[in-house]
Amino acid sequence: MVTARPAHHPLATDPTPRLIAGRDASGRYVFPLPADGEYQPVELPRQGTLWSYTVQRFAPKSPPFRGLLPFEPFAVGYVKLGATLIIESRLTGVAFDAMRIGMPMELTTLQIPTAPEGEMLTTFAFRPVTAGST
Amino acid sequence: MTEACIVGIGIHPFGRTEGVSGLRQGEFAARAALADAGLEWSQMQFAYGGSDAAGKADTLVSQLGRTSLPFVNVINGCATGGSALYGAYNTIRAGEFDLGMVVGFDKHPRGAFDPNPADWGLPDWYGETGMMVTTQFFAMKLRRYMDEFGISTASLGRVAVKAYRNGALAPHAWRRTPVDIDTILNSPMVNDPLTKFMFCSPGEGGVALILASERKARELGVTGIKVKGVSMRTRPSGSFEVFAPYLDVERGSSASVVASRAAFDMAALGPADIDVAQLQDTESGAEIMHMAENGFCRDGDQEAWLAEGRSDIGGELPINTDGGCMACGEPIGASGLRQIYENVVQLRGTAGARQVPGTPRTGYSHVYGAPGLSAVVILQC
Repeated sequence: MVTARPAHHPLATDPTPRLIAGRDASGRYVFPLPADGEYQPVELPRQGTLWSYTVQRFAPKSPPFRGLLPFEPFAVGYVKLGATLIIESRLTGVAFDAMRIGMPMELTTLQIPTAPEGEMLTTFAFRPVTAGST
Repeated sequence: MTEACIVGIGIHPFGRTEGVSGLRQGEFAARAALADAGLEWSQMQFAYGGSDAAGKADTLVSQLGRTSLPFVNVINGCATGGSALYGAYNTIRAGEFDLGMVVGFDKHPRGAFDPNPADWGLPDWYGETGMMVTTQFFAMKLRRYMDEFGISTASLGRVAVKAYRNGALAPHAWRRTPVDIDTILNSPMVNDPLTKFMFCSPGEGGVALILASERKARELGVTGIKVKGVSMRTRPSGSFEVFAPYLDVERGSSASVVASRAAFDMAALGPADIDVAQLQDTESGAEIMHMAENGFCRDGDQEAWLAEGRSDIGGELPINTDGGCMACGEPIGASGLRQIYENVVQLRGTAGARQVPGTPRTGYSHVYGAPGLSAVVILQC
């Protein structure tokens, strides 16, 4: 299986998943880190709270979407990461009817099967914090 | 100061017109506006126009007449029509010309829009992973708003019921059959909490308006509807807009709030002075949130407004009297001008079965689109 990560993807995975944002001289955060060097790379908190959410029930137009067909609905949301940013992200490991604003979430990775090559697209996602998570 | 007024309006019916290009629908609207004003194309001193996906508006001179008039093409997303009007209004106010046309048209393929991330300054992965979808934004902005201000799913249904009921009364609307609330609430979920019947669809249509200085209107012997306020604004810091990979933790207002205040200031009017309003209703929740963002009610009061029918035709502030985007569809280049067309019809008192009772004198229109821009126009007769 081939795995691929698109250019300028904000996910670092060594040794654990981390999201890289940018911060300018005034302290303002931006996401993802722009490529132009005006921003300092900064690692975002790995845990936060669900700020809003929905379920994507239909296949997004392709391109740009690269997910495999037939389409499987997925959850997407905004996760508030402390005092840094509110990040839009795929959500995983949560039932569609169990999502609630304010629920604790943590960063993980997600493999998205793509069409037509069959390769896996690795991206970031958030999942509910479970007992025993750090 | 020179003031501008609208002396002619024309529309090509919205919806799907097989075999007729978007440009031709714009031409149809332009000819209808000229006929409505009793004017000829050769009298137009300038034009502003645009479409998002159906070609360059200035090529209309091939059909309408090669009079060498200056014709500015406008491409400004969902605010294309509003921006064209903004340009035409200021051209008249500056005193350069005193009679001109604004035209907007479009023709989109079926289904949601298919944006290219690079066109929006966004990385490819944002689109590849399935997050660059306009309907997701509307759903997530709404989900947060419903939780924060106690808006019910029933209210989402009521907005859609009103849209299809009003659309059934508007000859230019696309969806002209009333739909009951159970059908709306039980239709397939698109992006929770929004169902299929709560969304507008990309569509087709064309609208043209003829603007004149008040002096020119008198000279022509026509009664115009005055343009009292015009604004177009982009997103402020801390707003929540479509195609946003991140939001600032410190929350701010929105492009609509800023545009609305600017237009009210210019018109020296306030929300209580408005008799009829057309608000961007990409989906049910957008109309609800835009009621507050445009200053017509406080956050959360929409629940009572909708339960009591205050935004119905005949209510204290009728909203989206032709069924809005939900009943008319959204041809991007024409959509904002349709709102203005509808307000002119209402202020003229010629809206027939959908006429707002009590001789409305002020009309407010608000268009919103990606990546966070709003245009507002306030009319008065």
